[in-house]
Amino acid sequence: MKLFTYTRPAGPEDALRQGAADGARYLGGGTNLVDLMRETIEQPGVLIDVTGLPGAIEETAGGGLLLGAAARNTAVAEHRAVRTRYPMLARAIVAGASPQIRNMATVAGNLLQRTRCAYFYDHAGSRCNKRVPGQGCDAIEGFNREHAILGTSPACVATHPSDMCVALAALDAVVHTRSADGGRTVPLTELHRLPGDHPEIETVLQPGELITAVELPALPLAARSTYRKVRDRASYAFALVSVAAALDTDGGAVRDVRLALGGVATKPWRAWRAEEALRGRPASADTFRAAAEAELADARPLADNAFKVELAKRTITAVLEGLAGGGA
Amino acid sequence: MSISVNGSAAELPEDPRVSLLDFLRERLQLHGTKKGCDQGACGACTVLADGERILSCLALAVQYDGRSVTTIEGLASDGELHPLQQAFIDRDGFQCGYCTPGQICSAAGMAGEARRGVPSHVTADLSAGEVALSRDELRERMSGNLCRCGAHNGIIAAIAEIYAAEAVR
Repeated sequence: MKLFTYTRPAGPEDALRQGAADGARYLGGGTNLVDLMRETIEQPGVLIDVTGLPGAIEETAGGGLLLGAAARNTAVAEHRAVRTRYPMLARAIVAGASPQIRNMATVAGNLLQRTRCAYFYDHAGSRCNKRVPGQGCDAIEGFNREHAILGTSPACVATHPSDMCVALAALDAVVHTRSADGGRTVPLTELHRLPGDHPEIETVLQPGELITAVELPALPLAARSTYRKVRDRASYAFALVSVAAALDTDGGAVRDVRLALGGVATKPWRAWRAEEALRGRPASADTFRAAAEAELADARPLADNAFKVELAKRTITAVLEGLAGGGA
Repeated sequence: MSISVNGSAAELPEDPRVSLLDFLRERLQLHGTKKGCDQGACGACTVLADGERILSCLALAVQYDGRSVTTIEGLASDGELHPLQQAFIDRDGFQCGYCTPGQICSAAGMAGEARRGVPSHVTADLSAGEVALSRDELRERMSGNLCRCGAHNGIIAAIAEIYAAEAVR
């Protein structure tokens, strides 16, 4: 691990001042960044520990919740308002990583975690455009069973690994940030970039910009929501396919819906097309399947991951059937 | 900068690269906490920080300035084994023993989480308060601790003896 300077800022302003330095990175729980530093894939010169910045979970005036950036993943999952008003978020969090990691990892760190693509990690033996821009991608012609089928580019097919972000994408969450220019808000669905020609640039955040909170807007239909994760073993594994869904029905028709996918895309994937194909239609298996078909119409499977197309369709359909049947 | 480890104050290292795991083992000579994968995949390095289970391999020691850490060496008191330690012996909760300190620290932290209502992947009712620890709950909640010997049945039996609902012991 390359030597770095470790600092603990007194508050957000202090963090921003220190974050302006070349090679500075903000440090949350460290569950991803410390590992990447040990592998020398990340080599920050300054680590600014922001776990002492606000991490409270508070009600907003609009009836939503504000999750402080430093809130631990466990604290979000166990919060009563999250469990009852946004159950898909609690379920997504406890589907990810292990309890020890969830006790360490922060909300903002979860948003900014990096892909677990094995070619990204294999700095000694593989090419990766995220790691070395313009170098090439060994995943596209390699072992790509776990890679993305949506939002890919000729430069990158790595999945975004987060479970929590999939629920946040479905819940219309808004990311609050601060920078030297002041504060701004970014919808979670617009925080992460598609890889395109520059997979090394993963978010719309500017250098030194600090995530301060994630806001969950009031969303009554989210009280009937869930998260289903399909993976190779029963626990402690990344998703092959995951689905976050909330469904509101009225007289057998879909009144409103929120749907997002994990494990299949290069960013937390809001299923806008499927939602469009669901609203106002009968809440039936046929409608659910057709919506899933619409969402996956542009899927571009690789040699080893074509199974994800059908798996995603079936998982979407099953989750929506479960919610329509009164399950949560 | 200082840290409390098993009730004793210790000076933190000057070099910020030192992991909490290496600090415990190499600087404080507390060899109970084990290094397995050193990348957050196996749970062998699990310790308690202010009662919460964490992975000491992914923690920089300097991040734990002012915190109170408990390792396997700190669980027994006055020569009496912690009930979990005795249960692991009674229930054959290990073979080679390498993962055992992490398993036991993890189980101790797990009990606190269940008491305050932290849900797990297999918790059916998210609105419940304290979670009753069935065998499925225990298996899921201990899934961050791997045992290459395959002693998981004994491990779950030992933890169930101490923490599970009466009916599933």
